[in-house]
Amino acid sequence: MLGYLIRRLAQAVVVVFAMSIIVFTGVYAIGNPIDVMIDPGATAEIREKLIAQYGLDQPLWRQYFTFLANVAQGDMGTSMVYNIPVVDLVFSRLPATLELVFVSVCIATFIGIPAGLYAGYRPDSVAAKLIMALSVLGFSVPTFWIGMLLIMTFAVNLGVLPSGGRGDVGSLLGIPTSLATLDGWSHVIMPALNLSLFKMGLMIRLTRAGMVEAMRTDYVKFARAQGLTDREIIFSHVLRNISIPIVTVFGLELGSTLAFAVVTESVFTWPGVGKLIIDSILQLDRPVMVTYLVLVVILFVLINLTVDLVYARLDPRVRLKGGS
Amino acid sequence: MTAALDVRGLTTRFETRGATVTAVNDVSFAVEPGRILGLVGESGSGKSVTGFSILGLIDSPGEIAAGEVRIDGDDLRAMSPDQLRRMRGRKVSMVFQDPMMTLNPVLRVGDQMAMAVRVHDRVSKRAAWDRARVALETVGIPAPAERLRAYPHQLSGGMRQRVAIATALLHRPSVIIADEPTTALDVSIQGQILAEVRRLADETGTAIVWITHDLAVVSSLADDICVMYAGRIVESGTAEQVIGHPRHPYTRGLIDSVPSRGQPGEALPQIPGSTPQLADLPTGCAFRPRCSRASELCRTDPPLIGKDHTALCHHPIEEPAP
Repeated sequence: MLGYLIRRLAQAVVVVFAMSIIVFTGVYAIGNPIDVMIDPGATAEIREKLIAQYGLDQPLWRQYFTFLANVAQGDMGTSMVYNIPVVDLVFSRLPATLELVFVSVCIATFIGIPAGLYAGYRPDSVAAKLIMALSVLGFSVPTFWIGMLLIMTFAVNLGVLPSGGRGDVGSLLGIPTSLATLDGWSHVIMPALNLSLFKMGLMIRLTRAGMVEAMRTDYVKFARAQGLTDREIIFSHVLRNISIPIVTVFGLELGSTLAFAVVTESVFTWPGVGKLIIDSILQLDRPVMVTYLVLVVILFVLINLTVDLVYARLDPRVRLKGGS
Repeated sequence: MTAALDVRGLTTRFETRGATVTAVNDVSFAVEPGRILGLVGESGSGKSVTGFSILGLIDSPGEIAAGEVRIDGDDLRAMSPDQLRRMRGRKVSMVFQDPMMTLNPVLRVGDQMAMAVRVHDRVSKRAAWDRARVALETVGIPAPAERLRAYPHQLSGGMRQRVAIATALLHRPSVIIADEPTTALDVSIQGQILAEVRRLADETGTAIVWITHDLAVVSSLADDICVMYAGRIVESGTAEQVIGHPRHPYTRGLIDSVPSRGQPGEALPQIPGSTPQLADLPTGCAFRPRCSRASELCRTDPPLIGKDHTALCHHPIEEPAP
């Protein structure tokens, strides 16, 4: 178990390294940030000076090693646009995205799984067909469009919810979050719901498929022959068996939502990292792009590791290999 | 003596696209406590559906259309779904064919068995585990306390089937339906399980319905035999009667198809043709197209002949001279 963990973390380091090289090269290829940032009226002399100041006149490999040397000292660089350390910049935006994703994943899970269980338990009922129809809408209608409809309905026509922004930030267990205030909740609920629709549709379909399949298995028939109630069968026998694909998709979705909640954040002007990365790409703010993408890689690695550990907890047949 | 299980006129139908299929057609039999009834037939003859119908576990689009199922005199068909559920596991339980599939792979054996205990008896978890351990001992599992902590994949096929049988025995039911429980096992393990089941029936007085296609197994195990063909019981009697002097041509064919050690190298007699589609049965006797004794008369419904040893046939094989 410990050996497995060590091996996985070593792999993670390699992945992060490889990713940093790809990102660095990719960003280098996009273009010269000085051209975007500099006043068009500046002289060639000032331009040359700035390029030298940022080290952009150096060959790619030397820039990369300078970057690595700085990272080793805990310095990820300074944003060219905001002129503050990149780490501070990203971590000032991260809580907003985290709380948005947290709420949306909760909505998707606590509505999606029960709805999917029901749709799989009574597949011929009207309610089940309605649930399935809605789930198709959930992941086939574009997110931004539903977001705009939500704003039209709740902010413009009904006027009950704000149309965007983050709202008051309170403190919960020492962490600044808008989930600590009522005003914060009124801001977060609509974008979170918008963000959750796709995941909810996915959860419903996965849970339903697993449920339909599981209800036909022999162990369910055997449990029924022992006189167990359907409730006991579903919650003690079936749910654990069908949770493995659900956990997989949950992990993948969690990662991609954290990293790329961009569309929803833009529609609701939510000040999260998604909006930050889009702005940085437009302004060729290299340090922010590199730092953010490396952070995303680390997030994915951690989530996948957690998913694997959860597998082993859920299914006794899964053996974590390595380290022996 | 009242029969532990008394089935009368049981009929189960399935609605399929455009057609109604009668999978179990007017089936009647009785099993007394401590006796083993072998229910024999080919795949698709309706023997498994008969088992599920007895437990009331027929799902849509299937439906039990008629008949009575009495266990210790109580009619299961007259009960509400919840009353029926409380009979399952307590008065009547079932063991399935594939021991790899009947246990939940992600739960410990002990947890699964304890759940089955606590459905019907309000006892503590620890007491339920104790009951499970005793049940495993009863079916001859060594080191039962360790087996309870194991997951199903850590046990062999024979061991898992013993666990399933022990689970079925937890509440000392009056009746156990065993649906081909040894078909998926090695022959040597099969022999052990058969001996164990025979001993359990004798010691606990449980009535057992042993569903199988294997005539060799039932002839050594069962007290009575019912032979099913296309949803009907075509012959029934004691094991000696049915195996020794079959009266229905189908039973005769089945017995002749069992390889014996007697004549190596000889061609084995076969029953020509194949099991008919239930949706498309011939009129009269369903076995008619495959039967060497069939005549024009067989286009009408065959009569039930005999008293203790019955057969459903126009042209039964003659009884031996006494």
